[in-house]
Amino acid sequence: MVDASDLKSGGGFLRVGSSPTSGNEYFNIGEKMKWFQKRKGIEKESKKREIPDGVWVKCDSCGEILYRKEIEKNLMVCPKCNYHFQINSSLYKKILLDEGTFEEEDDNLRTLDPLNFKNYKKKLKEAMTKTSLNECIISGQAKIYGRDIEICIMDFSFIGGSMGSVVGEKVKRAIYRASDLNLPLVIVSASGGARMHEGILSLMQMAKTATALNKLETPFISILTHPTTAGVLASYASLGDIIIAEPGALIGFAGPRVIKQTIKKELPEGFQRAEFLLEHGLIDLVVSRKDLRDTVNTLLMHLC
Amino acid sequence: MPKYLDFEKPIIGLKEKIEELKTLNTDRGGGLEDEIEKLKVRLSKVREEIFSNLTSWEQVELARHPNRPYTNDYIKYIFKDWVELHGDRRFADDPSIVAGIGKLNGISFVVVGHEKGRKTKEKIRRNFGMPHPEGYRKALRVMKLGSKFKLPIVTFIDTPGAYPGIGAEERGQALAIAENIKEIAMIPVPIIVIITGEGGSGGALAIGIGDRIYMQKYAVYSVISPEGCASIIWRDQKYKKEATEALKITAKDLKKFNIIDDIIMEPGGGAHSNHKEAANLVGEAVMKAYNELKDIPADELIQKRSEKFSKMGFFKEL
Repeated sequence: MVDASDLKSGGGFLRVGSSPTSGNEYFNIGEKMKWFQKRKGIEKESKKREIPDGVWVKCDSCGEILYRKEIEKNLMVCPKCNYHFQINSSLYKKILLDEGTFEEEDDNLRTLDPLNFKNYKKKLKEAMTKTSLNECIISGQAKIYGRDIEICIMDFSFIGGSMGSVVGEKVKRAIYRASDLNLPLVIVSASGGARMHEGILSLMQMAKTATALNKLETPFISILTHPTTAGVLASYASLGDIIIAEPGALIGFAGPRVIKQTIKKELPEGFQRAEFLLEHGLIDLVVSRKDLRDTVNTLLMHLC
Repeated sequence: MPKYLDFEKPIIGLKEKIEELKTLNTDRGGGLEDEIEKLKVRLSKVREEIFSNLTSWEQVELARHPNRPYTNDYIKYIFKDWVELHGDRRFADDPSIVAGIGKLNGISFVVVGHEKGRKTKEKIRRNFGMPHPEGYRKALRVMKLGSKFKLPIVTFIDTPGAYPGIGAEERGQALAIAENIKEIAMIPVPIIVIITGEGGSGGALAIGIGDRIYMQKYAVYSVISPEGCASIIWRDQKYKKEATEALKITAKDLKKFNIIDDIIMEPGGGAHSNHKEAANLVGEAVMKAYNELKDIPADELIQKRSEKFSKMGFFKEL
């Protein structure tokens, strides 16, 4: 489990956006505030700038003031520096899938509070209201350029995309369906790790999902977005036949803050970013958001 | 001087008194036997009293007790003809994981476990039982010997967690853990997992997949350390006791959630008070599990193992 304060632009496990914002279908409520938090670097910075509501957005990376419509058209990527803003699962659906083809499965699964953990019920309720989702993952079948696939998409704005029993179960069932229906599997990950509020049960979701993958004989493409860390990275997200990461995404087992505290040294520039993992041979590709759909399609064409 | 925990003080005090009296008795040539016997009865009463009322946090302290038996202690007491094997054949030998082959009741077992190291120098060499990716890769490599030569496998879990460091990330800590979980699930021989001390999250789970999962009475197993949880939820590590209660990490808790199959008893006063007796109890549990598993065909074993983990978790279906 990675501490939310490591995961810059995330709602994290505790930081829940307080004031509802409106008028942007790509962001969940509370997301707007995060635009003013610098994603690059490890130290927290959250200066609020006097910019008219929602018309202009300052790029977290290059500082360019951008017309909101313009970056929306560019799939929430800065046209100047290719910085990838964090986006929710509904936008990934739009980016990756043929329009109107997504058919959700397992949306009847609901999270329980088996440990009766401090404030968990309240936290779940808040997350549901904030995001209009039941959990931090959606799963089902869809098409990419007419090809049927099984897909899961995680959403960091729902309790930091953390994996509890429901996430594990949904991923497992998606793996089984892909296997039964002979479909390729695509999982878009965004997660701070296992969900602390379900304790050991969350840890066991790593075992549940990783062992389920032994059944799968069809291609599995794992897409790592900002951030993908800890228990999710240490289970299914690392087990793709092909692993793709978005530029600049934070990807690692331990959070940078924990590592820094442990080794008592500054971390190297670009540490645990997608490009760092590519350089160290841990992932296949770093692909810009705009090329994601075509890259997945080409790979599936080769593998299926 | 052996180290002891705060709540152990009355026990240590009585033990010292008994020793004193014994010396005095020898010097005097007898006469204090009754007194000594009385104190011994009192000692076992006091110990019973203390150990039957332990808080979750006190159990964490026991799991981390500096004198608690480690993997190498269990190997020494349980397995004969022990040969340690080294290295992941890729990068390095990680001393925070011990791997090898030894014999118990005439059966050769592959044994893999975390090793924290006893004295300061040894602790540093063993990185306090926090493995790097090469440690997990060594574990998998040696476990695969079990698969090739049809040897049952025992793993001992006792780690604060996988090491959070630069090299560990560069060499794919998360990948190593994920691959271990996936591949160990398919190893076609009985695998018996014993949590002997700290089950520290993914770093524990990486050698925690098996057909039987046992936990010693005062071991703990958790998704995050109580301190880590306290600093996230309570914003302060000093709430580690509250966090321990909230996380439900004791053997009893895990049995209730069906995560473990059974609890292995410890000697009165905890495993650290008598390594040999603790090891005997662990050895017996290993044999019990082995006898339950040895005749199950490999396919069935693997299938049941996957099913075991696929059922874990609690949710509601509308």
